[in-house]
Amino acid sequence: MIHFPGLEHLPALPVIIPLIAAPFTIVMRPGRTPWLWATLVSWVTFACTLLLLEVVWHGGPTEYKMGGWAAPLGITYYIDLANALVMMLVAAMAAVVFPYAYFSVKSEIARAQSPAFYTAMIICLTGLLGVAATGDAFNVFVFLEISSLSTYALVAMGARRDRRALTAAFNYLVMGTIGATFYVIGLGLLYQATGTLNMLDLHERLAGQDNKVVEAGFAFIVTGIGLKLAMVPLHLWLPNAYGFAPSAVTAFLAATATKVQIYLMVRFIYTVFGFEFPFLEVALNAFLILGIVGMFYASFVAVFRDNVKQMLAYSSVAQIGYMLLGISFGTVDGLTASFVHIFNHALIKAALFMGVGCVVLRIGSSQLTAFRGLARRMPWTTWALVLSGLSLIGVPPTVGFISKFKLMEAAFQTTTLIPPLLVVLLIGASSLLAAVYVGRLIYTMVLEQPPENAPAIKEAPHAMRVALWIMVIANIYFFFFTDLTVGVATQAAEALMCSQAGCGGAY
Amino acid sequence: MMGHLILRVTIKILFAPIILFALYVQFHGDYGPGGGFQAGVIFAVAFILHVLGFGLEETKKVLPPKVLPWLMAMGVLFYAGTGLLTLFLGGNYLDYDVIQPTSHHHAGQHIGILLVEFGVGLAVASTMLTIFYHFAGRVPEISDEDW
Repeated sequence: MIHFPGLEHLPALPVIIPLIAAPFTIVMRPGRTPWLWATLVSWVTFACTLLLLEVVWHGGPTEYKMGGWAAPLGITYYIDLANALVMMLVAAMAAVVFPYAYFSVKSEIARAQSPAFYTAMIICLTGLLGVAATGDAFNVFVFLEISSLSTYALVAMGARRDRRALTAAFNYLVMGTIGATFYVIGLGLLYQATGTLNMLDLHERLAGQDNKVVEAGFAFIVTGIGLKLAMVPLHLWLPNAYGFAPSAVTAFLAATATKVQIYLMVRFIYTVFGFEFPFLEVALNAFLILGIVGMFYASFVAVFRDNVKQMLAYSSVAQIGYMLLGISFGTVDGLTASFVHIFNHALIKAALFMGVGCVVLRIGSSQLTAFRGLARRMPWTTWALVLSGLSLIGVPPTVGFISKFKLMEAAFQTTTLIPPLLVVLLIGASSLLAAVYVGRLIYTMVLEQPPENAPAIKEAPHAMRVALWIMVIANIYFFFFTDLTVGVATQAAEALMCSQAGCGGAY
Repeated sequence: MMGHLILRVTIKILFAPIILFALYVQFHGDYGPGGGFQAGVIFAVAFILHVLGFGLEETKKVLPPKVLPWLMAMGVLFYAGTGLLTLFLGGNYLDYDVIQPTSHHHAGQHIGILLVEFGVGLAVASTMLTIFYHFAGRVPEISDEDW
């Protein structure tokens, strides 16, 4: 193992670095400088999270006491494999999307606003990493708000292209605030019942407690996070927010924001409440049903959307259904499948939205009609979209296949409300719906003729194309090399479940 | 003009005490109720009152909006920088004890929290004012074409 000086601060560094970098960004001169700075910051942060994953992978969970105050009084960052994987994922997405953003932002955002834009992006990154890193339930709320508030601003910045971004952002603001408030109310009830906010400590003190206060707290927290992660009846903010946000923002958010919330849900269900909690089964059953409903309903809506951004946004809601389904099984395999899908879906959606961003840059629209005959006009972008679209359906050799395979494998071995075989068939059937809407996109791009009077357009700039293809290649690479995804996810899931049996390990 | 006279004189009288009270809340924060958030808002209130009485343009002469992003950034940097300082002095992030390691009555904790709260106050005050400037200076009508 390599030893750097200051390695003991590693758990906090991914949060601290962007936090310190953000205020410098806001006072920079508009134009290229903030972008360069943001890119640099994202790369350094990514390096830190990689190192952190390495440290946790080999040395087990690490703890960092903020301000030197020990838990449960102080705020501690507690990093096990689950956090480390999610943090690495978030930072990786930032490291790819930030370099990509330059040309897209240049065309979609007023030049004078560019420092504010990149500041908001970096702060959003800080918040997302903070949610994943911290082991203190209230600290989670603070970081949740940091990431959400910057996200509202980022979505609203799409208003230069389409004024509807403002209502989308406001809608998101209201829904997001309700979600965060529910979370805090739930936390308040738990605090009343236990007198602590540290996640580990909460788990210990909640053991054996089965009363209305704790149950209400649980319900508030699950609903609150459910709103934030766009669980199906609570997903209404997502399609518009993703549809009208600037392309780079959509790519970054689709790949990270809901993923972090899923992680948070897992953390609360398995670490804070744990299996002994009698009320848990209600939530798991709800996830099972809502997950399946989401898979079908959102995919079905996606089929009929004419705006590709919104189509993919609905598809995101459907994919969240798969992740919830994995959680609802309540097994190591199910949880592994969820984590693997968190990772893989981030790669898929980042690639797809980045591809759409290229089209928006060159053609100026994300309507399906703009994609007609795109294969002749922008071949690189088109084939990137085709490959990542196939990945979304789950065609080998792409990561989507790994996700679906793992999920089906997990589904076979569970006993839930719904017979396992039916669950597997439903997963397959909803993949067919994905095939329909992706097929519609591919058909439009590859088989239709470009419009008669279409002006000749250039391919997307190199920076965008390289970032896009890095994601596409990652989509294929992680099909063949699953050590990082399946390996880490399995261990993370085992550690999370293990704490229930009291066999030590993480948490 | 004369209609505003009572308001304006009152605001002029209140302006300094409000700021003084903000500073009291700010620096008393580590002993009693208060701290950077509240102080920042109270500080901003003095200027908001000034805008209400004298108009946006007059206040912008006193505190130009261009300065505010710098103040915001400085506020956050005070906070994060204090953490960085303790990091370089060998402690954990925001571990104020290392600022004055030999002190028996935790002088480091006092210095640390004062610096951090000052940063919070600065950031909150300038952010409040930025939001207010933007709302107050907004062009009221949105033309039909914009929709």
